[in-house]
Amino acid sequence: MKWLMMLALKRRAGFAALVVLVLAAAPAFAVNPDEMLKDPAQESRARELGRDLRCLVCQNQSIDDSDADLAKDLRIIVRERIHAGDSDEQVRKFVVDRYGDYVLLKPPFKATTLVLWLGPFALFAGAVALIIGFYRRRRPGAELPPPAPLSAEEQKRLATLLKETER
Amino acid sequence: MRRALTLLPVIVFGILALFFLKGLTLNPREIPSVLINRPVPEMALAPLPGRGENSSLSTNDLKGRVSLVNIYGSWCIACVQEHPYLVEIKKSGILPIQGIDWRDDPVLGAAWLRKHGDPYERVGVDPPPGRAAVDFGVTGAPESFIVDRAGLIRYKHIGPITPEVWSKTLLPIIQELQK
Repeated sequence: MKWLMMLALKRRAGFAALVVLVLAAAPAFAVNPDEMLKDPAQESRARELGRDLRCLVCQNQSIDDSDADLAKDLRIIVRERIHAGDSDEQVRKFVVDRYGDYVLLKPPFKATTLVLWLGPFALFAGAVALIIGFYRRRRPGAELPPPAPLSAEEQKRLATLLKETER
Repeated sequence: MRRALTLLPVIVFGILALFFLKGLTLNPREIPSVLINRPVPEMALAPLPGRGENSSLSTNDLKGRVSLVNIYGSWCIACVQEHPYLVEIKKSGILPIQGIDWRDDPVLGAAWLRKHGDPYERVGVDPPPGRAAVDFGVTGAPESFIVDRAGLIRYKHIGPITPEVWSKTLLPIIQELQK
């Protein structure tokens, strides 16, 4: 019995250690300490911007997450612009002027991206309209054709069945 | 009417499927450049060591004639594949090729040219963080830009220039611009 309790205790300790490790793990960033701006407010703006800019080498990572050289270059250049006094909007424009809207992980809402933004809602609305139309039409008795009259054979069978129940 | 409605989902699916099929054949690395028909970015890049003080590359060197700007680096593997062909283009004398040694140790960049041949008229060094390359919207090496007489970027090619790319795509554009 004693060894069983010991085992349970050990297990619990292991589990606690795991919980501590998981909670202590911070998300990994590719930003190197030597790239960071001295002003913490400017640095946090740079982080915020970097999260929305696509790394053009890895494509589905932001420049903040990516270890690629080009991502590092863009992080540095974004920080230079901020340090020079650019607003967030100016920094974003600086990068978009060179790499196009593609560099934004969240595409802008404009004429050429209308389908991208509104397409899913349009499809959903269309589907809902179809379903509603379908069920309206199937309302009880609405358009059901009258049942066909019984054939001679069926009449006969019905008569015999009725007779049986009368008995 | 009813029939058309039941067919609608099939039609919508068909249209979407066509788009997705087309998407499968596209290369996600080929991002269309926003710089087409825009002037070459302002730059004044230092020359490569051993190539002479006058071989530096700046914006004005790209005006007055049609030229090809090629981004390379001694670390770039695909550049080795493309390079003999650039040397051949230089020999043909069709247009001057200007190089940008991107994110590179200039000493290594110069040694690389001695080893693989030097097709460039001028070479500018663009050390990290590669400001000139970012101004060109470069996403990797090699990349090449066709610049017209007015100094406007007219075409961007991503990846190595192969004989096929040259004869089918680049040369016709260059000849049109040289008219």
